[in-house]
Amino acid sequence: MEKTALFNYILGIADNNLILGQGLGELCGHGPNLETDIALTNIALDLFGQTRSYYQYAAKLSAIHKTEDDVAYLRKEREYKNVLLVEQPNTHFGYVIARQYLFDVFNYLFVEKLQHSKDETLSAIAKKAIKEVSYHKRFSGDWVKRLGDGTEESNQKMQEAIDGLWQYTNELFEMTEADEIALKAGIGVNLSELKEAYYKEVSEVLKEATLTIPENPYFQKGGKQGIHTEHMGYILADLQYMQRTYPNMTW
Amino acid sequence: MSEKEIKNLEQIFEARIERDEKIEPKDWMPEKYRQTHIRQISQHAHSEIVGMLPEGNWITRAPSLRRKAALLAKVQDEAGHGLYLYSACETLGVSRDELYEQLHSGKAKYSSIFNYPTITWADIGAIGWLVDGAAIINQVPLCNTSFGPYARAMVRVCKEESFHQRQGFEIMLTLCRGTEEQKAMAQDALNRWWWPSLMMLGPTDAASVHTEQSLKWKLKRKTNDELRQQFIDQTVPQADILGITVPDPDLKWNEETGHYDFGEIDWDEFWQVVKGHGPCNKERMKARVDAWENGAWVRDAAMAYAEKQQSKKVAKAS
Repeated sequence: MEKTALFNYILGIADNNLILGQGLGELCGHGPNLETDIALTNIALDLFGQTRSYYQYAAKLSAIHKTEDDVAYLRKEREYKNVLLVEQPNTHFGYVIARQYLFDVFNYLFVEKLQHSKDETLSAIAKKAIKEVSYHKRFSGDWVKRLGDGTEESNQKMQEAIDGLWQYTNELFEMTEADEIALKAGIGVNLSELKEAYYKEVSEVLKEATLTIPENPYFQKGGKQGIHTEHMGYILADLQYMQRTYPNMTW
Repeated sequence: MSEKEIKNLEQIFEARIERDEKIEPKDWMPEKYRQTHIRQISQHAHSEIVGMLPEGNWITRAPSLRRKAALLAKVQDEAGHGLYLYSACETLGVSRDELYEQLHSGKAKYSSIFNYPTITWADIGAIGWLVDGAAIINQVPLCNTSFGPYARAMVRVCKEESFHQRQGFEIMLTLCRGTEEQKAMAQDALNRWWWPSLMMLGPTDAASVHTEQSLKWKLKRKTNDELRQQFIDQTVPQADILGITVPDPDLKWNEETGHYDFGEIDWDEFWQVVKGHGPCNKERMKARVDAWENGAWVRDAAMAYAEKQQSKKVAKAS
């Protein structure tokens, strides 16, 4: 597989982890109790760990970006390829859990397949990540059930979050050009094939959580093409602040 | 129980502490011992939790992925310390909710150093190096304190704190070996965190109300002034390695005493911050109260869900 395409393919995976981790990092110290605070920080740490492995690999393929930090910090907003779902804000704990769960179910299915990639590095990263991602899905899925089937208030809040974020789920299965190339090369995962299993699993958990599965047929997309929601600029402003203000320094 | 019996129990109790035996939660203890420990351990736990905020302030802006992950892990360690200190405190018959209530109402104190703002990345280095450095000096003696659960918690806390301290120093070292701008950032952080770090070791012995009793119960092994001197003696050579200057014109090695002499601490500033009027007291408290109040529906939901699951289980069994 040609280097640029592989580079783009890796960013398509890793940018999701980076931006989701960034959102969780914002919550550290502000959780509803110490136990969930610690658990969400754990997930953020896993995501950043995976991000670093992917970006270190990407940096080897790039002529412009020499290090993992160059890849993470020195791109323009249009060059970030994460899905819109992961850049949605921490509106309240229900949104945090819904965003996490809707991503985790996809991520688990994805990483499971990526383990069989012909690319040895990607396969190795996936094999390490699968245990972490499996825990993330269990954690967020358990909380979907707790909040959905908890009190009347928590049910409403969880439903509101699911309804608000549902429109971003379909983008997870969009195949980009890099996805197509990687798939043909036996390196990438066929995302469209994950779709059925995804909605089946999510629907079952939502049902168990006494939540209604949204029927809205309208979906948003664009993240994978670098066309983000208005939240993204602020996320990057924080993320890139130091690297942009003090260029070319070692920290 | 008669007064004579209590006196007798007290004598046995004091003798046990004298012999360096550990006091465990179910052992008899004087009420004052219990209350003093609730006060000190909870104050310590609150400091860990409030201490997450100034450093958490830089998680989203950490300058590299490695630093970001390390900072997240560090702040998470503090949450962990809070967790087992609250647990140690609960063994004395007080609930975590009650302790939070005391923090939120302002009745309970926390280390006043966390009421200073973190305004540059170097502050993250300075906190690790100086604040965790001072905390270790305060805490290492507590690994041998008389109350078992506290002593055991402190063994783990101290191990992690000493890792944090080295990590903070390493951030400072990287800055000091970097560009002029980075070195200036490190110097500025030292200028702002030096004096509050000295204050962290508590009021002077003359002004400290709890010292005598605490020494007796081994809640303290050294006085505040002794600890402060130890911190200064240990830290000044580290500043020399970094090549930055401690902001005290009176700081001077004293050949005779074998210690550094140092200038007057601004105790008015200390008391102002302790009394709630530091630069960030209100923000810190608001952040804690907001987290607690905004999380109420989440905690309620978890409770309600657990109850439902429990009754389902019971229904199934019968």
